[in-house]
Formats: sequence, C-alpha cells, structure tokens
Amino acid sequence: MGFRQDHLLGIEPLAPDEIQEILDLADDYVALSRSDDKHSDALAGLTQINMFFENSTRTQASFELAGKRLGADVMNMSLAASSIKKGETLIDTAMTLNAMRPDLLVVRHPHSGAVDLLAQKVNCAVLNAGDGQHEHPTQALLDALTIRRKKGRLHRLSIAICGDIAHSRVARSNLILLGKMENRIRLVGPPTLIPAGMADLGCEVYEDMAEGLRDVDVVMMLRLQKERMDGGFIPSEREYYHLYGLDAEKLAHAKEDAIVMHPGPMNRGVEIDGALADDINRSVIQEQVEMGVSVRMAAMDLLARNLKRRRQAA
Amino acid sequence: MSAFTLTNARLIDPETGEESLGGITVEDGVITARHEGAPPADAGTVTECNGLCLAPGIVDIGVKVCEPGERHKESFGSAGQAAAAGGVTTIVTRPDTTPVIDTPETLEFVIRRAREAAPVRVLPMATLTKNREGREMTEIGFLMDTGAVAFSDGDHVVTNTKVLVRALTYARARGALVIGHIQEPVLSAGAAVTSGKFASLRGLPGVSPMAERMGLDRDVALLEMTGAAYHIDQITTARALPALERAKANGLDITAGVSIHHLTLNEFDVADYRTFFKVKPPLRSEDDRVAVVGAVASGLIDVICSMHTPQDEESKRLPYEAAASGAVGLQTLLPAAMRLVHSGDMTLAQLWRALSLNPARRLGLACGRLSEGAPADLVLFDPDAPFVLDRANLLSKSKNTPFDEARMQGRVRATWVAGRQVHGDAL
Repeated sequence: MGFRQDHLLGIEPLAPDEIQEILDLADDYVALSRSDDKHSDALAGLTQINMFFENSTRTQASFELAGKRLGADVMNMSLAASSIKKGETLIDTAMTLNAMRPDLLVVRHPHSGAVDLLAQKVNCAVLNAGDGQHEHPTQALLDALTIRRKKGRLHRLSIAICGDIAHSRVARSNLILLGKMENRIRLVGPPTLIPAGMADLGCEVYEDMAEGLRDVDVVMMLRLQKERMDGGFIPSEREYYHLYGLDAEKLAHAKEDAIVMHPGPMNRGVEIDGALADDINRSVIQEQVEMGVSVRMAAMDLLARNLKRRRQAA
Repeated sequence: MSAFTLTNARLIDPETGEESLGGITVEDGVITARHEGAPPADAGTVTECNGLCLAPGIVDIGVKVCEPGERHKESFGSAGQAAAAGGVTTIVTRPDTTPVIDTPETLEFVIRRAREAAPVRVLPMATLTKNREGREMTEIGFLMDTGAVAFSDGDHVVTNTKVLVRALTYARARGALVIGHIQEPVLSAGAAVTSGKFASLRGLPGVSPMAERMGLDRDVALLEMTGAAYHIDQITTARALPALERAKANGLDITAGVSIHHLTLNEFDVADYRTFFKVKPPLRSEDDRVAVVGAVASGLIDVICSMHTPQDEESKRLPYEAAASGAVGLQTLLPAAMRLVHSGDMTLAQLWRALSLNPARRLGLACGRLSEGAPADLVLFDPDAPFVLDRANLLSKSKNTPFDEARMQGRVRATWVAGRQVHGDAL
C-alpha cells in the first residue's frame, strides 16, 4: 500500500503499516546519520520552511538538521513575536508563505487544530510540529523508533505514560500510536493532570506510581508544563516529585530491563531524578534526541515523494 | 384589509395538542374563524393549501441582530427576511450589541430601526444591568415603558449575588421577566468544548457539564428569595433537568429554553475543529442531547429557540479556541426542528408548543395560537420536502450555520404576519 498521506498532521490518520514504513526508513537514516558523509539528496531542490508560532529550540533544530541532511533549502521563521502581533491572521500568514512556493511546511502553533486549519489553505506538504494540546506526531514516531530499537518490537509491550498528561500533546500522540500498534497503555499521574474520559479510550489510569509502574517495559515521563499551570493543578513541585517524580526506588517496580524515556526538556528534580536521567543503562533520553532527526528525515522524505507524485499527476 | 381563507391545510394546534384537516379565515390581521371540510361561503379569497401544514408562526426568544454596532454581520432587514423565510413571525432580540441596549434611548433606536426594516414582529430585550457589567441594574421601569419585553445580560452572568437579588426583586415589583444564562462562569472560563473523551482527544479546553447545574442551583435559590419571573435561556444537560423539575414543582415562576443546535447536534459534530459548531454553551454529549429532547417532549423544557448569533467569516476562520462562538439559526430552525418529529421524538403539536405557544405565553403575547381572535401570524410548510442546505442561500448577512450541506426535511412555503404575507410565492 505504501505511505499515503499528503500531510503529517497527527498520528490519528496513520495506519499501522504507514507507521512501520516511516520507522523502517528512519532506521536507514539513523545509519546515514552515523556515517561520516551524512548527506543525501532526497529533498534536493525543495524548500522547507519551519514556522514556529511557539518558541522551540530542540524541535526546530531537529527539523532543520533533518532537512539539511536531505539537501533541502531550509528557512526558519519564529512567529511567536512578529506578524501575529500586527494582527495578521494565521490563514493570511499561511497564504503569504504559500505564495513563496515552499514544498514542506513544518508548523508549531499554541492552538489545538491550528495546523489542520493551515493545511487546508496551502498546496504543499504540512508537518505538525505540535499544535496546542492536541498532537505532536514526530515526537510519538521518534519514541516508537527508540522503543522498537531497544525492545526489538513495537507491540505487546506494557507502557506507562506518567505525569502531566492533561497538558501534553506528546502524551496524546503516543497514546494513539502505541494503541494502534497494540500495546498496553497505562496513564499515571495526579487526577488533576489526567484529562477526562481517558479510561474510555482503552487506557488504564493509575493515581499511584508504584502501582502504575508495576512490571511495565517502558516508562515515559512527561515534562511538567509549568508555563501552562494557570490554576494550581498540584500543591507544589516538591510534593509532586515526592509522589510522581521518577527515581530509582519507583523505577524498581517496573521490569528489570525497563527503559526510561523523556521528551525533553527535563525538569530535573521535578518529574525525574537527575542521576536516573543520566543513567545510560536505563535512560534512553539521548537516543530519543538522535532518533528525532532520523524520524523527521523519514517523514519529510515520504511526504516529499507523495508531493512530487501529486504534482506530476496534476 | 379584505378577508382571506386558507383551506384544506393540516392545522397544527399547540393549544389543544391536536392536528386536524381544515382551514382558517383571516380578517384585519386576526384569525376570525376555523372550519373543517369545505370553507364557508363568505370567506373572502380562498386559497387551497393541498394538505400542507399550517401552524402559528414561530416566536424566537434570544435572536442577536447586530444593530447597533456590527451591521455588517446582521441588520434588522436581513434578520427579518431570514426570519420570514424561516417561518419565524416574532423575534425577541438580544441586547448584547455594541453599545448594549441598556437605556431607553438606545432601545428607541432599536425599535425604530426594526419598524423600518423588518417584515416580522420585533420585540426587543434590554439588559438587566448597565453595560452588562453586573454592578448596577438598568432603568427597568423606563425600559418597559419604552417597549422592552424582557431583561437579560446575554451570556454574561451576574456574579455579584447582591446585585442580582436586588435586580430580581425590583424586576418582580415591575412585573418584568428576567432571562438568565446559567453556566457557572468561573468553571466555564476559557472552555471551548464540553469536557470528556472528545475534548481530551482534540486537546481542547473543556468545561464540565456540571457548570450548568451549579448555575441553575444558584439562580433557583435566588428565585426562592425574590419570587421573580425567570426564564433560562438555554438548558442543555441531563444533570440540570431534575433541578429544573423541582423548581417548577415548588411553584417558582421559572421556565426554560434550549437552542435547536443542542437538540440536534452533539459534541462529536465538531469533528476536525469545525468552528461553525462552536456555540455557547458548547455542544454536549449524545446522552445530554437525548435527555433535553425528552424534556422538550414532556414539557419540562418550555421553549425551543434558534439562539441566532451571526458571526462573520473572519471571526470563524481561526483556530477553534480563538474562534467566535455562535451560529445563525432563524432560517434553519424549522427544518432542523422537524428532525425531532421525523425521528419520532415528538408530534408536530408538541413541537409547536415549544416553538410558538409557550414562548408567546411567557412573554404575554396573544400570538402562538390558531384560535379565533389570535393574530394571524402563520407559517405554511411542507413537513417532508427534502433539501440539502447551501449556506450561500441563507438570507442572513452572516452564513455561519452548522447545517451547511446537511440533508434536511421541511420547507417553509409561506409566512404571514398579522395577516400580511411576508414570505413565499403568491398562493
């Protein structure tokens, strides 16, 4: 069947075979990225614009590097402070950029659904680099690649997603992806940070870390989104760390070979113990960052192939 | 005006709750006679209705006409045309305009503009508090003398209960009807959808449906204190219904409405962030929808309204959270409401009790009935005629309908206001 998408707006529209195809290609790009000649011409001649309506260092750098390794002309736009302040609407901004004939638009926006809206108005391939509290598909894909490489498979694993799930687009995309690949998913966190209706979506919800981590294969920690805490979701950071921060003691409830993941940037001493985060025997946080570049290379490559096919057909 | 008679129509009588085949005679804007079978001899011009439904015109409480302030979204002319085309013969307008309708002077402007431009009856509301700020009550007496039929701060909740108690007490003394929005404002702040599975998956800020129960409980307590006449603009959740039932059983002067959108759509219709489905309060779960439909059928909810809220394209073409709330509904109210009949949830007479009779009674109007002596505010419609709605064909200046491209059944053929035909081909 092959990868059939025009855009990568979320994990939700992807079929399992499409997810596997992205990961398979990403494996190749891991090899490329580890070689001395890190260059391919897969995106040669194409223009990639990174539009970030919300500040980001890591994700933007990862997309930029991915595009450059594949030979695209990459432009970065930080829009958190520019035209939006001048009253230009999202759609006008998109139309303006569209007129400059980009081929790949990488978009991050603080509002859920904003990237979908933008994708309806442009005629290039759009990648969602995080929209509000909705989805962050490339993060879920890089997590999946990391798990697949560490565990040898991406199905029938028991995976705990822990912490601030309510404010996390990473959690949503992971939940959908890992569910599609038939894993057992647990959500662990204080009830104020677990969104409503989660038990209906086929997850097991735990309010206690020891119970939630029992015998899991993978522990995914989430960043406590302090900047989004407008209403006192937790009493204090130290109480949060005491109850929900991952340390060696809590991790002991998981399987002996359980891996520890975190999408970054970390709040050391809030959701994760610093020493544990640096423990190369358990923590795969650095691998996640590495996989991020390769997964984004793969996603952009596949989207660009479909884009060229569409343009030839037209 | 000369007499005319409509004959061979399916008469929908919300007063008796019955349907019958027959006709009516209209003279000087008033229904003067009803007949079964052949029309009487001295009936003036006789028009054959071919078995189409004839019902009292709809009385729509809570219509936003964007005059003054935003005439590009909706004017009295365009809203009036849309109403006539939708079988709505009386629109009760909201005062949440720019500026708000909180003085007799601005109210006079609205009344004058409505008289000049609208082909249907327009009854304006004024605000309960000055500038809808919830701090000082408006000149309820003067405003009533000028023509205000009810007092409402729209979707602003008067949070200061001392102010509200005084306003309700004063309104009771003047015999004024107060219309309230019962969504508890702090819990509702920032919400774009109803909390639950859908909100969580879409990553949108949600409000618990409990916010409605909380607001209702507060207002019921204040009505017990004050004895004021109170109408809830929209009640949309199953959990609020028992509280309404108790309040009515306890003899409080309370009635409730619901918008057609909450009766025919649910939260999942928002789908991929479709902002035309963003309304206030947000669309609810299917369980809630079914419960409020049942409450309309049983009579617990008194009134169905369109909650007509025009928004231009610019305020809707935004990310869901940032987009404006509201949907137009004057022209789609009747065909959308017919879904409740076609689904078997209620009879036409039950439906018209909520569309015409109850809102008219609540406002002390003589219309809303098919009886002799009632004003000849009438709608003739085909209950089954199918069509696909094209929003471009709506007569409102704003086209923000959630029913664009929806399959609907039920078309208005003609509308009369005080015996004058305001919509439809010559019959």
